[in-house]
Amino acid sequence: MATRRELLRVAAGGWLLTGALPAAGAAATGGAPEDLEALPGKKPLIRRAWRPPNFETPLESLVPEFTRNEEFFVRYHLAVIPEIDADTWRLQVGGAGAQRPLTLTLRDLRRDYKRVKVAAVNQCSGNRRGLFKPRAAGVQWGNGAMGNAEWGGVRLRDVLNRAGIAAGAVEVVFNGADMPVLAATPDFLKSLPIERALDENVLIATEMNGHPLPHWNGAPARLVVPGWTGTYWVKHLTEIRIETTPFEGFWMKSAYRIPTGKFPGYRFRTQETAETTPITEILVNSLITSHVSGAQLKRGAHVELAGKAWDGGAGIAAVEISADGRRSWQTAVLGRDLGRFAWREFRYRIDTSTSGALDLSVRARSRDGATQPETLTVNPSGYHDNIVQAVRLEVT
Amino acid sequence: MKGRMAAACLVLAAAALAARAGEETLRLKDAPGRDLTQGRCAVCHSLDYIPANAPVMDRAGWGKTVQKMRDRFGAPMTDAEAQQILDYLAANYADKS
Repeated sequence: MATRRELLRVAAGGWLLTGALPAAGAAATGGAPEDLEALPGKKPLIRRAWRPPNFETPLESLVPEFTRNEEFFVRYHLAVIPEIDADTWRLQVGGAGAQRPLTLTLRDLRRDYKRVKVAAVNQCSGNRRGLFKPRAAGVQWGNGAMGNAEWGGVRLRDVLNRAGIAAGAVEVVFNGADMPVLAATPDFLKSLPIERALDENVLIATEMNGHPLPHWNGAPARLVVPGWTGTYWVKHLTEIRIETTPFEGFWMKSAYRIPTGKFPGYRFRTQETAETTPITEILVNSLITSHVSGAQLKRGAHVELAGKAWDGGAGIAAVEISADGRRSWQTAVLGRDLGRFAWREFRYRIDTSTSGALDLSVRARSRDGATQPETLTVNPSGYHDNIVQAVRLEVT
Repeated sequence: MKGRMAAACLVLAAAALAARAGEETLRLKDAPGRDLTQGRCAVCHSLDYIPANAPVMDRAGWGKTVQKMRDRFGAPMTDAEAQQILDYLAANYADKS
């Protein structure tokens, strides 16, 4: 791994993307300079905060189809994060709406339930908050509070059905083993509407890209809610409760909320008020991974702009590129379809025949017709930044 | 009560174990109120959250944050301490432009 000093030197010298992309620098993030640091078992990632640990995936690590486990972003709200012994781990399934409460071991999950896999983007609700204008308080993420992985586990609904869902169940509540330092701090619990909890794509995942979940990504089991932002993907799962009343916890009632009616996406009605509603689905979005603003291209060289496009589960229909200030748009070539919850690679041959500045914009369109907006819908927590991205390159 | 104190100490011990190598290298700006701010804030989180949010913050922003930490997250501090911490943050880490 190159040191930060080396990366900066590469950046200062001007570069074409050949694996020497600087993960650092204000150009990439619009924010403060970045320090790379490795958590135990992880590769060096962009450190946004030591404790609770918040580490972002550098841009060059978002190039592969599947984000490597050791490069996948890390996000916690609470600083007490126990290392869990997989052999003694237990998952309690109960609640007022459960007819036959269960206690499950990892062996039970493997033996008694069908194993399934789903490729899905896990994107933090606050991804790109550091790029937000006006700026918003919170972890100042750049583009890398996200990744794409193949998640393996069992269907949540199979477990809920075995526990027996009582009539009148409205939400399912999830708790993980991570804890606050102070007893007075709200523990991190999240809920899903019962209908989403019963979706066949929602998993209790024990594997990520064919390997056991890394500690920092929720070992030994986490919730995977394809299409929904990362806040619902509760790590280190210990307890699942089927509830007949809406959950009242801080992380549902007060945090992770957006203004009601301002954004598209699934409406979590049992948690909605006239003013605010929970953030739910990921909005259609794209990211250029091949270049950042300031990159220099040789005149006449064969260069492709490349990146990823994703949404909340409709799937990507098209990615378009504009090289003329967004007056006209050309269709990019899409890569392999990894599934409707995964991201989709795009590539576009850049015209390098003329010297000078080259402004390129990218916008994705999903199969349900949604496209990326030109302007940000400002909200206090800095969520849902999916505006059309642009880079300025230089042909010399 | 005794049990609760013991439990609180245990939780704090766990937190100390969870402190990340490296975070002790960050010292906040030397100004009145620094030691109190470091002492209270670092109970639950590393201090890098403070400079990281400085570009977003003005005095009103820090006021809301200090209040949130007390009211929502249970950060133990007196009114006088909260005022000192707010004064320190507003004077040293409020770079909102």
